[in-house]
Amino acid sequence: MGRTFDPDRVFAALADATRRDIVLRALAGREGVAELAEHYPMSFAAVQKHVAVLERAGLVTKQRSGRRKVVRARVEALSGARSLLDEYEELWRGRIARMTDLISNTEETDA
Amino acid sequence: MTVTAVRKDPDALTMTITAEFDASAERVWQLWADPRQLERWWGPPTYPATFTAHDLAPGSHVEYHMTGPAGDQPRGFWDIVEADPPSRLVYIDGFAHDDGTPNDAFPRNEGRVTIEPIGAGRTRMSIETRFPSAEAMAQVLAMGMEEGLTQAVGQIDAILAEGVAAPQS
Repeated sequence: MGRTFDPDRVFAALADATRRDIVLRALAGREGVAELAEHYPMSFAAVQKHVAVLERAGLVTKQRSGRRKVVRARVEALSGARSLLDEYEELWRGRIARMTDLISNTEETDA
Repeated sequence: MTVTAVRKDPDALTMTITAEFDASAERVWQLWADPRQLERWWGPPTYPATFTAHDLAPGSHVEYHMTGPAGDQPRGFWDIVEADPPSRLVYIDGFAHDDGTPNDAFPRNEGRVTIEPIGAGRTRMSIETRFPSAEAMAQVLAMGMEEGLTQAVGQIDAILAEGVAAPQS
């Protein structure tokens, strides 16, 4: 269980929309780099570079699956279920803060 | 701070977040029932949501997309399982293809919303989210990661613009 989680590297890797999309597809873990490249309007080499950034951040690995190599997300690298839930909490805390703003704004006009 | 409790169960893959509002249950229900209000809180200001089909009747299919700073538009949908205004809503939240049809390559999560008056004009809302697997949770979070980041940046911008301390939680 090498805990080499580097938040800066992880966030930098995930700051790019294409790389986020690659991570999502890699969670299914069925596609190799060539297949992934077909989803994007860019060269194979460009997609390969994105995958390399994700690999360095520890977010994906290339794993042998029969004769080919598939890109698979490392869920445990992102963190355990507990900290995933922590992030989900942040997402909802943001939503509830906005709900609260909305309600207090309308109260001002109702009063 | 309106969030009053957060309960996480990593084994059951659920998270329940409870909040209280100075408003009636009907007012809180409107946050979900009125798509224009929903759009103002589902996504952060820099990643706003647009609901293109919205009806909370059981069996209805709700469609939305978010618009990112780079113009990217991830799409999502809800399938309404239960709706009992103003106290209960159960929906399945999933990702969609560009044409709006459900994208089954990505997992779905279930949201259970309970809204109840607690006296003195206040209302408690709790939202339980249940994921089918840890991978499913990770997928949803990979999408939400951007939201967390832009939110943090937005807060800093707001503090700088106003020159006052933002409420800390």
